Amino acid sequence: MWHHPPFLLSQDPWDLHHRAERDRQRHNEKVKEVIKQNLGEIISQQDIITAHDGKIVKIPIRGLELPRIRFDPNAGKRVGQGAGGTQPGDILGQEAVPGQGAGKQAGTEPGVDFYEAEFTIEELMELVFEDLHLPNLQEKGSKQVMADATQFNTIARKGPLANIDRKRTLIEAYKRSAKEGKPGFKIRAEDRRFRSWEIVPEPQRNAVIFAMRDVSGSMGEFEAYICRSFYFWMLRFLRTKYTNTEIVFITCHTIAKEVDEHEFFAAGDSGGTKLSEAYKLALDIIDKRYNPREWNIYPFLFSDGYNWGDHEVVQLVEKMASISNLIGYGEIADELWGHTDAFAPLGQALYERFADDPRVVLVRITNKEEVWPALKRFFSKHPEVQSV
Amino acid sequence: MTSQERAELEKFIEQAWEKVHEMGLNPFPVHFELVPAHVIYEIGAYGLPARFSHWTFGRDYHRQKTMYEYNVARIYELVINTDPSQAFLLENNSLIANKLVVAHVLGHSDFFRNNVYFAHTDRRMVERARLHADRIRQYEMEHGPQRVEQFLDAVLSIEEHIDPVEPAYRRRDPKEYEHQKSILARPTSEFDDLLGRVETPEPPSTKRIPPEPEKDLLLFLHDYARDLEDWQRDIIGMVREEMLYFLPQIRTKIMNEGWASLIHERVLESLPLTPAEHIEFRRMHSSVLSPGSRMSLNPYYVGYRILRDIERRWNGEPPEEEEQPETDWLQRPKPRPAGEGWQKLLEVREMECDVTFLRKYLTEGLVKKLDMYTYKLEEVDGSLIWRVQETDWEKVRDTLLDSMTNFGVPVVTVEDGDYGRRGELYLKHHYDGKPLDMDYTLRALKNIYTIWNRPVHLETVMDSEVTIFTYDGQQVTRRGRGA
Repeated sequence: MWHHPPFLLSQDPWDLHHRAERDRQRHNEKVKEVIKQNLGEIISQQDIITAHDGKIVKIPIRGLELPRIRFDPNAGKRVGQGAGGTQPGDILGQEAVPGQGAGKQAGTEPGVDFYEAEFTIEELMELVFEDLHLPNLQEKGSKQVMADATQFNTIARKGPLANIDRKRTLIEAYKRSAKEGKPGFKIRAEDRRFRSWEIVPEPQRNAVIFAMRDVSGSMGEFEAYICRSFYFWMLRFLRTKYTNTEIVFITCHTIAKEVDEHEFFAAGDSGGTKLSEAYKLALDIIDKRYNPREWNIYPFLFSDGYNWGDHEVVQLVEKMASISNLIGYGEIADELWGHTDAFAPLGQALYERFADDPRVVLVRITNKEEVWPALKRFFSKHPEVQSV
Repeated sequence: MTSQERAELEKFIEQAWEKVHEMGLNPFPVHFELVPAHVIYEIGAYGLPARFSHWTFGRDYHRQKTMYEYNVARIYELVINTDPSQAFLLENNSLIANKLVVAHVLGHSDFFRNNVYFAHTDRRMVERARLHADRIRQYEMEHGPQRVEQFLDAVLSIEEHIDPVEPAYRRRDPKEYEHQKSILARPTSEFDDLLGRVETPEPPSTKRIPPEPEKDLLLFLHDYARDLEDWQRDIIGMVREEMLYFLPQIRTKIMNEGWASLIHERVLESLPLTPAEHIEFRRMHSSVLSPGSRMSLNPYYVGYRILRDIERRWNGEPPEEEEQPETDWLQRPKPRPAGEGWQKLLEVREMECDVTFLRKYLTEGLVKKLDMYTYKLEEVDGSLIWRVQETDWEKVRDTLLDSMTNFGVPVVTVEDGDYGRRGELYLKHHYDGKPLDMDYTLRALKNIYTIWNRPVHLETVMDSEVTIFTYDGQQVTRRGRGA
């Protein structure tokens, strides 16, 4: 009712009003797109690798803005205001010097808007793993293990407001009002209906991964770091998306040894290198425990590429390729040591033999940012590979 | 808010209304709505209730809501320039907070109704914006949300390039306009003549396209960009209409907030409050009217202090003392002499925008009292620091006015819409000593290209040299004027 003087004061329920939500989500998607473009840099950071579950990671990105024709925000004079007694020469604040990398925090700089995207480790993982798959996975074996998938296909009485089903809520409110014999209707909490999900089991295939690591004396601190961070992400990936995959850890210098996960990551480096031993041990384990007819097999090996007996390795990889879905070989080259673009001898030997073989993927890593592209190369779909 | 509190608030509104009426104010009828915080933040982000959908609004909503949740900043009130005005109050505000807000809203509504810069704004903008939103949603269904979003990104990135001085409804000479469009529609491939695509050459246009340099880039693109589909042209028109609506608010921010703050103070001073309410009112009033962060101005504070200074001077009172209490020791409001001051304020709120207001009424004494200064970024020993430059009042005033010219946006005009007789777009930045941010500007230039669909040139000045940047759809090139 309008009063005299002419005003109206009203208070209506606004609980179901969430119009901005859609645009907020679209903005979130765009933030994720930006983060995905910089995943290489983000996932190579030590504090993310050592983060525990549930930890919140703050990733500063430049605010998503529309580009405008605007003045240089750092040039020219502006006007400010103090609480009294300001003198020429007083310092108001300091600006981070440009070019100091991703660590830059939201500053005082008027023109540049930094946005700190917050992710839990799990959300970040999800972004990282979104496009990764175990390539060429076959249905093998009788022991079908299950992986879970969620599907929005049901209705619940309770749920987050973002999932509210307006149509069903309205119908419920109508029905209840009609039953109560009241004209019109008001939505009550009990009328609310939410779209909800069910967990749908998805058949998964048996798979075994061989994580093999060169721990010889020539593997320096950098090589070990890259190797660990690759395997760290690989394990998280496998355990997130392929929950029942088996993983066999092997370390190798002149002798290969099957170890547990802790030992695998903690292993120090010493001695010479004879990587053929690692493949021999893997083949032996396959023979005893993982019948290739029953198992999808994925051997990965990381090394600096300096090895005794490259020819033997090539022969073993050939043998391995005949029973594996995909073989990964990663060569780590510390550019500080003046390595060129070419593979080291072992990589070179493998390259000459397997360059055209889609089942053998060879990757060279020279800095931290290349761990992510390596993961993507190993765990993309590789549709070109024929089943074994 | 309980129904008892609502009844008390209604009573208060009646009294406040009577009071502002006595003071000579003339607000629109106002619909006050009590809403939860998320609604206020949503409308704050979109500028209007039920405006069209875009991720930048979602971003602003998220930011403001986060700031509210972390208690960093909050919006107390929001009022829309319509007839009747729509005002949104936070339902979980205290009663006294909402009393203050109601009085503040009456000040804004009076300002909307009487300030001359708002004379041409559409007072039914909420309905119009809702229709815009419906049409854009329809376009999303017809052409896909992605295409619509990309196009909106391009248009919104140049939305400030309109001309508020020209009437929004001007007409072009229809015959000349058709003729000019036919010129721009001719084929442009360099092989056209060999392929026999060239028809009889048109008679040379009597006028350039545009006839005069055109500041309203959106209008020009709307009228002359030849490859646009109807829905795209419509989007340009809608964005431009909404921007024309918002512009007066941008141009009167300091005055409008100063005026509303002065009004809420006078209204609350003159109406009965309990002692507890009085303390709370003073606390809120001084938190709203405090100096800004040192890198910016608080428009509420600056506007309010200038208005009070005008009133004093026109009343023939001596200039403001350092800290003059507003009430005596019994907390009774101090009597205010009835002079010319208030009449002068009513005139100022009607006639000025921020630029003219500051030019006329920001005095030496005020600059000193408000502790205003200029500052800039300096490099010292490899680190960058923001350092105070001048406190001289004329330098401060001129720097402030300069930063507000053209609402702080570089002035760009369309010089030629048929550049090189190839239908290319030649834009000129009217350089005034402040360099452009070329990273942003060139990305905006690419957006203009997506609308114009032929090469776009931008003339500016870099290091004292006239420089022309060109984007041809593939890459940006740069040349001096002579080259």
